[in-house]
Amino acid sequence: MNTLTDLEKKINSELGTKINNSEIKHDQLYIDIDKDDLIDVILFIKTNKDTKFRQLIDITAVDYPEATQRFELVYLFLSHEFNQRLILKYHINENEVINSLTSIFPAANWMEREVFDMYGITFKDHPDLRRILTDYGFQGHPLRKDFPLTGNTEVRYSEDEKKVINEPIKLEQNYRNFDYESPWEGTKYIKDQTNNNDKKN
Amino acid sequence: MTKKIKNLNLNFGPQHPAAHGVLRLILELDGEVVEKADPHIGLLHRGTEKLIENKTYMQAVPYFDRLDYVAPMNQEHAFALAIEKILKIDVPIRAQYIRVIFCEIGRILSHILNVTTQALDVGALTPSLWGFEERETLMTFYERASGSRLHANYFRAGGVHQDLPAGLEEDIAKFCESFPKIINDLENLLTDNRIFKQRNVDIGIVTKEDALDYSFTGVMIRGSGVPWDLRKSQPYDCYNQLDFKIPVGKNGDCYDRYLCRIEEMKESVSIIKQCLSKIEKGPIKSQDGKISPPPKKELKQSMEALIHHFKLFTEGYRVPKDEIYTAVEAPKGEFGVYLISDGTSKPYKCKIRAPGFSHLQSMDYLIKGHMLADVPAVLGSLDIVFGEVDR
Repeated sequence: MNTLTDLEKKINSELGTKINNSEIKHDQLYIDIDKDDLIDVILFIKTNKDTKFRQLIDITAVDYPEATQRFELVYLFLSHEFNQRLILKYHINENEVINSLTSIFPAANWMEREVFDMYGITFKDHPDLRRILTDYGFQGHPLRKDFPLTGNTEVRYSEDEKKVINEPIKLEQNYRNFDYESPWEGTKYIKDQTNNNDKKN
Repeated sequence: MTKKIKNLNLNFGPQHPAAHGVLRLILELDGEVVEKADPHIGLLHRGTEKLIENKTYMQAVPYFDRLDYVAPMNQEHAFALAIEKILKIDVPIRAQYIRVIFCEIGRILSHILNVTTQALDVGALTPSLWGFEERETLMTFYERASGSRLHANYFRAGGVHQDLPAGLEEDIAKFCESFPKIINDLENLLTDNRIFKQRNVDIGIVTKEDALDYSFTGVMIRGSGVPWDLRKSQPYDCYNQLDFKIPVGKNGDCYDRYLCRIEEMKESVSIIKQCLSKIEKGPIKSQDGKISPPPKKELKQSMEALIHHFKLFTEGYRVPKDEIYTAVEAPKGEFGVYLISDGTSKPYKCKIRAPGFSHLQSMDYLIKGHMLADVPAVLGSLDIVFGEVDR
């Protein structure tokens, strides 16, 4: 098993129907699978003597709010033996629960916690599914596309209550998201303002 | 009558000098033996990935300096390589050498910091005083090339921001002659030091299998005897034209990892020397006006240069729809960027794979059954920097 093409053939012939799509680009193999086949596929690529993807490099998700299936889960694998990288992907809906990899790769523990924290995707059979990067008591999932860049709350020390408190964020100035794709129409918040003025007149 | 003994819970950090940053470690102790360690991270979380999604590709580079802030340019390298591969642009050979020189300087910066602070954690003060003097020299090189000691913002897709100033190459060469002596001095203080060995040998042993399972990379996996280095196995830029060795440990304990780092510094010096002997005059960034900004002097004469300049610093360059994972061998391990572009001038998603994240997660596995006093030793040898763990 030397080249990526061999690897692609091998995976396609051994796993057959479980692979929806496979593609080689940038010296990496990208494969699409179904959510339910996750554990089978991963056990195969980890243990098979011709693949030996012994290292789970990272787990992440991508948010496509407009798509029929909102989230795409991405798993990155590395095989030291054959010096190859594999990227495994599948789509899920919001609120779908997926299988945890912690029993196969102990390293998946924090990676899945991070996906849970950032995207709100829950994992079945995860030993310790808590938030990891955000603050204690944080609300929302920051890397979702509908989460505002500025966040929803701001933190300050309250002299009255003698403790650190969270309160809704107050911006001195609107967040300016310049739209360079159509420079002559101006940015969205300017457009909103002019539309409002037009209505008033 | 029997006495009921309860385990003691100890809160280590977030303000502890040996925590190497803002780590809150909740330890469950049975006497002096650690039964369980639960690291609480995220106290330095700044939402880097979210911010990058809202910035153009060029504006996103400074965020990479702020991840592992002891070796800033190594991070920028991963991001620059990712964009270059999607855009399919070639990097001029001089720029490749400059980037490799500064990546190796970053490696020395990081390893000096780690080796000396690890010594500090186990009771040796002098190495850090000697080592930090050298770090200062190296950061001056950073400053002369990029304008700032730490947050360089120097690498660009297609090359580097500006050429090296006159005399810098000679000064780096001088440093390469004097630095091995400092490494020897550090080694004289530490390598055979009785106390240092008592605190590090056979502490925090990682087996080969576990190193793979816990996604260890860099020195953490090499210390356990796996000869794996991305500079050799998946070479990027001009690493395939350079001759260097990969130091590998035997026992996978804290002491072996220390030895690996010392040897890697020596190799880095040799890599820098080779680069300096091979580097020639030439362009330092891609000559494609759609990607790299024109030189300042052209702005007043050439209309095209003015347009390119304006478009690059407002809209930025657009990157075609694609996705890619690129990784570099950062001092701490495999640092990767998983980039999804959607055809606009801002990344749709940029996941940062930080080596420290998976190393710190194994804290519970590493420290179980060790004494409380071993916690700083193990933590030190993991080489944790919170900028990259918390992102």
